[in-house]
Amino acid sequence: MDEVVGKIKISNDLGVHARAAAKIVALGNKFESRLYLKKGDREVDGSSILAILTLSCPKGTEIAARIVGKDSAAFMAGLRELVERKFGEAK
Amino acid sequence: MRTGTGESQKTLRGIAVSRGIIIGKARLVDRSKVKIFYQYLIGDDKLSREIERFKEAVHTTEDQLNILKNGMPEKLKGHAFILDSHMMILKDSMLNDATIRKIHDEKINAEWALKKSFEEIKEIFAQIDDEYISKRIKDVENVTERILRNLSGDKHPSLAEINERVIIVAHELSPGDTSELNTSKVMGFITDAGGRTSHAAIMAQALQIPVVVGLEAATSLVAEGELLIVDGNTGEVIINPDEETIIEYQERQLQHEEYKSSIARVSYLPAVTLDGHAIAVKANMEFLEEVAAAREFGSDGVGLYRSEFLYLRSKGLPKEETLFEDYREVVEIIAPAPVTIRTLDLGADKFALEAESHREMNPALGLRAIRFCLQNPEIFKTQLRAILRASHYGTVRVMFPMISGLQELLDAKEIFSHVKKELDREKVAYDENMKMGIMIEIPSAVTMAEVLAQYVDFFSIGTNDLIQYALAIDRVNEHVAHMYQPFHPALLRMIGQVVDAAKNAEIDVSVCGEMAGDPLCVGILLALGIDELSMNSRAIPVIKKIIRSITLEAARADFGSVLDLRTANEVRAYVYDRMKDLLPELDEKGYLDA
Repeated sequence: MDEVVGKIKISNDLGVHARAAAKIVALGNKFESRLYLKKGDREVDGSSILAILTLSCPKGTEIAARIVGKDSAAFMAGLRELVERKFGEAK
Repeated sequence: MRTGTGESQKTLRGIAVSRGIIIGKARLVDRSKVKIFYQYLIGDDKLSREIERFKEAVHTTEDQLNILKNGMPEKLKGHAFILDSHMMILKDSMLNDATIRKIHDEKINAEWALKKSFEEIKEIFAQIDDEYISKRIKDVENVTERILRNLSGDKHPSLAEINERVIIVAHELSPGDTSELNTSKVMGFITDAGGRTSHAAIMAQALQIPVVVGLEAATSLVAEGELLIVDGNTGEVIINPDEETIIEYQERQLQHEEYKSSIARVSYLPAVTLDGHAIAVKANMEFLEEVAAAREFGSDGVGLYRSEFLYLRSKGLPKEETLFEDYREVVEIIAPAPVTIRTLDLGADKFALEAESHREMNPALGLRAIRFCLQNPEIFKTQLRAILRASHYGTVRVMFPMISGLQELLDAKEIFSHVKKELDREKVAYDENMKMGIMIEIPSAVTMAEVLAQYVDFFSIGTNDLIQYALAIDRVNEHVAHMYQPFHPALLRMIGQVVDAAKNAEIDVSVCGEMAGDPLCVGILLALGIDELSMNSRAIPVIKKIIRSITLEAARADFGSVLDLRTANEVRAYVYDRMKDLLPELDEKGYLDA
């Protein structure tokens, strides 16, 4: 099975708060592949808004994204784009 | 919906707080958090049914959130995101999948499993340093409560929406809830919590609908739509009464109504004891509309006109003219009998101008009543001007609430005389001999009564607050409400002390709390030397009836000794026995609460 791994740096001022986490979950709903997010040595289910929140990622945090499944490459591209766009937030 | 047939009759006992008997269908209104029943499920088909039940509740919750989101006004659309995130939490694996797994693996019911999942999430969130994120647990809690409510089938109706004749069954009703009640539809209500003098009870008495509180488990024992008999005289609630019981209660209901009208018919007669002592029996009122009841029930004037309503009704402050017109109308209708207007008894929290910034931890001990007025002299002056102007049209007495010592009284009097001078300069007519008095409702005022009596024309003992402050009991707190005891010997001694101080200074002294309208208390109050009582109008007929049936001499002989008793229970038992002997018919009709 295809697995893509990549590092992501959170750059928006608010960090991964509820709305940002919701956007990650919403993105994931468009793909078949499953996303796992890891900070330090803790990895959580990227389809759970609560799990993402509990990872607690303020601005500047580096997290590792691991995506498993057929469309994992497209999912990773979408995720990078979302984070780089600062989740659509101004700052 | 169960409708009683086949279920056996059950009787619950609570505290009767508002008289009358009603027979009707139950409407459950559970405003509290959903109760969780813990249950182990054995058997695979039970487990899969339980999982289905959980999924259905989640589905219903989703529909409700969608309806909420679509119904959001344009202005709030920006907040729709909150509902989106609730929708995500609803389907989140940590809540949803985890709950299904628990039902399956641990063989427990959906409510329990969901609660456990929530507790797990809560624990993880509690460890998050970021305060913004850790507070998101509130959203999870909100969603969890919604699912729980759907699991229990609670549709959470608004009280204002009730449109058939029903008996409300609730854990507790807040003052807000009671004011929402459509009294032409609601026959009465019963609650798990609450005491004889909780706010809901007082409201119910004003609405004249039968109420029993303190039933503890009514909401779990009564099913929606079940037939209930509520006896607001004895505190009994009968679930699923059989035919015989229904007939018996219909008979009692009729007798109660007949007796009530028989004493009401003679209520216009003065309240004079058999040995010739006249007692003034007056009405408490809050709204202008109540002035009709005050007359109808034969009051000797208005002993307490609570002046808060006009301030609560509008967002800003009422104008002097509005206040004056209102007071004048009451005064003219009641004249020549006197109307005692109590100045503003609100807390700072009730004022729009202060509301945002001040949230008091302890409003009963906070900035309210005379304290608030002295800090806001302009508001106080406007009211005093309106009261003084109204005094020209009948007999008015003014009364200051929550006086705790002489300094406050002197400060209030200074503003009062300042306002009088202002009116003199403007050549506005008012009654120059208008009587001025204070509420005695703070223990320090009782201790200082001898001194305070030198500076006023009358005392009015506000027993509700005095009991609360003297015994340190919050009467709406169900855990201590039973300790809110009018018969507490300390309270009786305090009343005695205030009466003595008033008599020595030759000023009038009255009681205007709930005690004044309680048939059990009349004898004691008379024996202590009280010669004026002010109460909810509907209590006037029975209180007058009692006064006309006894002699002051006998009251003194019978009740003078209660001050020697040591506990509230001893006093209550003693008083009940004496009153039952004196007026057996009142006991039969349920007017005496043992």
